Amino acid sequence: MKTDVVVIGAGAVGCAIARELSKYELDITVVEKNEDIGGDASKSNSAIIHTGYDASPGSLESELVVAANPMYDKIVRDLDVHFEPVGAILPAITDEQLEQLPAIKDKAMRNRVYDVEYLTREDVLRMEPEINPEVRAALYIPRESIIDPFVLVQAYAENAYANGVHFLLSTKVTDIRTGDGCVQSVITTGGEIETKWVINAAALYCDEIAGMVGKRCYDVVPRRGQFYILDKNTSCKVKHIVLPIPTKTTKGRLMCPTVHGNMLIGPTAEDLDDKSATETTADGLESIRIDVEKLVPRVNWRDAITQYSGLRPNRVPEGLHVDTYEDLNGYINLSGVRSTGLTLSVAMGKYVAQLMISLGMNAPFKKNFVEKRKGITRFADLSVEQQASLIEKQPLYGNIVCRCETVTEQEILDAIHRPLGARSVDAVKRRVRAGTGRCQAGFCTPKVIEILARELKMPASEIMKNEKGSYYVVGDMR
Amino acid sequence: MEKIVICTVCPIGCNITVREENNELIIAGNQCKRGLTFATDEYLHPVRILTTTVKVHGGDQILVPVRSAEPLPKELLFSAMELIRELVVDAPVNRGDVLVNNILDTGIDIVATGEIKC
Amino acid sequence: MQKITCDVLVIGAGPAGLAASIAAKQEGAEKVLIVERDESIGGILQQCIHPGFGLSYFEEELTGPEYYARFADKALELGVEVLLNTMVLDIGDTGVVCMSSKDGLSIIEAGSVVLAMGCRERTRFQLTIPGSRPSGVFTAGTAQRLMNRENAMVGRRVVILGSGDIGMIMARRITLEGAEVIAVVELNDYLAGLTRNKVQCLDDFEIPLLMKHTVTDIKGKKRVESVTVCEVDAENIPIPETAVEYPCDTLLLSVGLIPENELTHKAEIEISPITNGPVVNQYMQTSREDVFACGNVVHVNDLVDNVSLESERAGQCAAKYALGRLKKAEDVIQVQPGRNVRYICPQEIVNSGDGGEINLYFRVTGPEEKVRILVKTGDKVIVQKRALRVNPGEMEHIRFDAKEITSPDLTVEVMKEAI
Repeated sequence: MKTDVVVIGAGAVGCAIARELSKYELDITVVEKNEDIGGDASKSNSAIIHTGYDASPGSLESELVVAANPMYDKIVRDLDVHFEPVGAILPAITDEQLEQLPAIKDKAMRNRVYDVEYLTREDVLRMEPEINPEVRAALYIPRESIIDPFVLVQAYAENAYANGVHFLLSTKVTDIRTGDGCVQSVITTGGEIETKWVINAAALYCDEIAGMVGKRCYDVVPRRGQFYILDKNTSCKVKHIVLPIPTKTTKGRLMCPTVHGNMLIGPTAEDLDDKSATETTADGLESIRIDVEKLVPRVNWRDAITQYSGLRPNRVPEGLHVDTYEDLNGYINLSGVRSTGLTLSVAMGKYVAQLMISLGMNAPFKKNFVEKRKGITRFADLSVEQQASLIEKQPLYGNIVCRCETVTEQEILDAIHRPLGARSVDAVKRRVRAGTGRCQAGFCTPKVIEILARELKMPASEIMKNEKGSYYVVGDMR
Repeated sequence: MEKIVICTVCPIGCNITVREENNELIIAGNQCKRGLTFATDEYLHPVRILTTTVKVHGGDQILVPVRSAEPLPKELLFSAMELIRELVVDAPVNRGDVLVNNILDTGIDIVATGEIKC
Repeated sequence: MQKITCDVLVIGAGPAGLAASIAAKQEGAEKVLIVERDESIGGILQQCIHPGFGLSYFEEELTGPEYYARFADKALELGVEVLLNTMVLDIGDTGVVCMSSKDGLSIIEAGSVVLAMGCRERTRFQLTIPGSRPSGVFTAGTAQRLMNRENAMVGRRVVILGSGDIGMIMARRITLEGAEVIAVVELNDYLAGLTRNKVQCLDDFEIPLLMKHTVTDIKGKKRVESVTVCEVDAENIPIPETAVEYPCDTLLLSVGLIPENELTHKAEIEISPITNGPVVNQYMQTSREDVFACGNVVHVNDLVDNVSLESERAGQCAAKYALGRLKKAEDVIQVQPGRNVRYICPQEIVNSGDGGEINLYFRVTGPEEKVRILVKTGDKVIVQKRALRVNPGEMEHIRFDAKEITSPDLTVEVMKEAI
């Protein structure tokens, strides 16, 4: 196989880079070890688009996050992604926290996040009645936003694909061949790919990739974050992202709405040595409850519908780096893309493209770049009249598969058959929400398995939850 | 040898003790005659209704639920299952249809409890 | 968008809906319509292929399919209409919105509505069981559907959490199909389901029942590889030193059922925080006077026989209401749970002065032996009965005539018998 650019990793950053590069006359191949696009950390985070208020001023991370935030207004319109600039409130409950407010505001300004306001106690409780009534004051950061993180990455990828990018899924990079001071090819479990450029967007495994070209000067230590998701009908809700003010002992936990109407609470921050340790733990979940109740005392934990965890790719030594090497042309190494990876993805795409141009990439712009991408129609969001007319045109919109989230068969078919479509139950879930409701797929699992088996012409025993080996049924009973 | 039998005839679920003494059964703990019969049978020759599914060809469903028309001797359940597992019937199937006649020579049939149309 | 009118609309063609529709017809409602989202009639009983149904209602031991067939045949005979593959989206003020791929969106205008949507299963996450999220974790009912209707074998080495009926039934089912059930794990020191099922599903097959134990961890990267089981203390807190890891490929959860209250919630009908189903009076009427409810959507039952009786009442009263014959619910008395009573259904009694048989169904909070169940109005005992054994997993029943109620204070309590 031959290509111009190999992007390693189909998470938010990898896909955003691929999409941006697909504006140029380049042959681009994204290589992803998982069976679906979406990466690892990009699939298990707090779904927040940050402003960069608390980044390290002057750092590359700060620059990229601050640049990225305003870009979302256009990109979510072009790519049909659910995004809401709900704003964040940082409540100071204790004296220690109150004393920190000026420093936080100052840091925000030094990060060029200027629209930060003080809130009085009355302001806070008027905006968020559920916040601890002992709140003294707070900061308000209006551009902290929430997004559908799964669809964002799907949208980048689908749009990149529509513009000619190749995606190799379930394909792991095992080595990178170099020679004459350049990258030559990428060796994968699916064969060798000759290429001029290699962009390492492998996040959790970017240290191992860097090691393949002898540029491993850091390690990636997974930092686990565990989360709760609460029922949409839970009695205690917040409208904004409620962010904790760090104390001496803890960074604290946040509580925010999701674009789907649930409450999201977490995360923990546990440094581990196992890059596959995505378990939740009793201690971790308990620590979330203790911390969040200081901010929002009336959280109703009985309304929890799921818990999950994600691994932040924490770079040691810390810091976001985009490195190029004089003695290795064509290789671009991304490391330290951590908690703000989702946010800065859209800016990183631009940044890497510009970097490549400065390094001699001179492919012309495509004349027929397809800028927009239409998402999967969400039946549940339509009016009764729209729903009626949709069913008339496509009757399978009249078949509800996921009762909790009102997801129809036609939406699932769309999820399966569109480019880079779903091949597993989790992949369907991330595209159309089937299985994310309060019964957590208890009702729809048999139906989704049946639909996948039928559409992919495979036996039910070969339909996976996610990767190969995550089978549901062992075989036919009779 | 004493055995405690939990009666399943009605929801009360009496704990009935059954003891063998001089070739006689001593039964205690039942609140009604049905319990007495139940405990005796359960001690001497326990029986169970067997229910399972049978594969169907050419029907609007792939399985039909079935039952033993009467309770089978408990010790024959697994052998009966082995037999029933191999069975494939053709649609249509009506409720009550005999799918296995006199299974394992017990005089008891395996009948369909569901209805399958073509 | 088509418009349909009917006298009584029943949502759900399971045992509750079927019984309600028959009673509605028998009460004189002309057009009785059932809307069912599945492709066939019978509700959950379609997958309950095991026996144990009808012991009191028919005085026969029937399997699930046989039980619902009796009602389905009668309903169709009486002219009840059924719309299959049709899902109700909303019970609005202007009508019930439902949809199907065949007929698109429809608005149904009904004289009265009977909610009979049944219930759903409590999940692993509602119990906050930590660990990984592999495939192979099923609620028992989902596993039952996969095995009995989809012909799919769910696993080979199974641990079951919860001694609820569905879990025990599945223990037997899985064993008969040649797979191994390693253990049934129960948090409390009493059975959650019927004793009958412990005998016929666990003891018969020598499947260990670990009481006062729970699952504290799930391991497995892709598919379940093992679960960790711990003993729990008097407060049901796991004792870490007692942890045992059981290699397995499947975890089934039988840890409770919750009424399906999506539509109830959307219709802003009052929901009881204890049952999670609508608050009802003895007519099975909800806080919306034209909406009635019956079956597991009101409160989770153990015996479908009781569901049928309750549903007949609901259907009859729904028809009465549609025909303008139901007395308005004024002078409402709350039925108070007294000692060792967790909840009572119905929660309210309409004291119309006409008398009439009142059937109260309730569950105790904790197991007790040799007790006396009392219904009191004020200080006066209306009716009492003895019970050898009461258990939260087995619903109790007591009945009396409404004209015995002489005060707005109505209580059901369970007292220990003086020796």
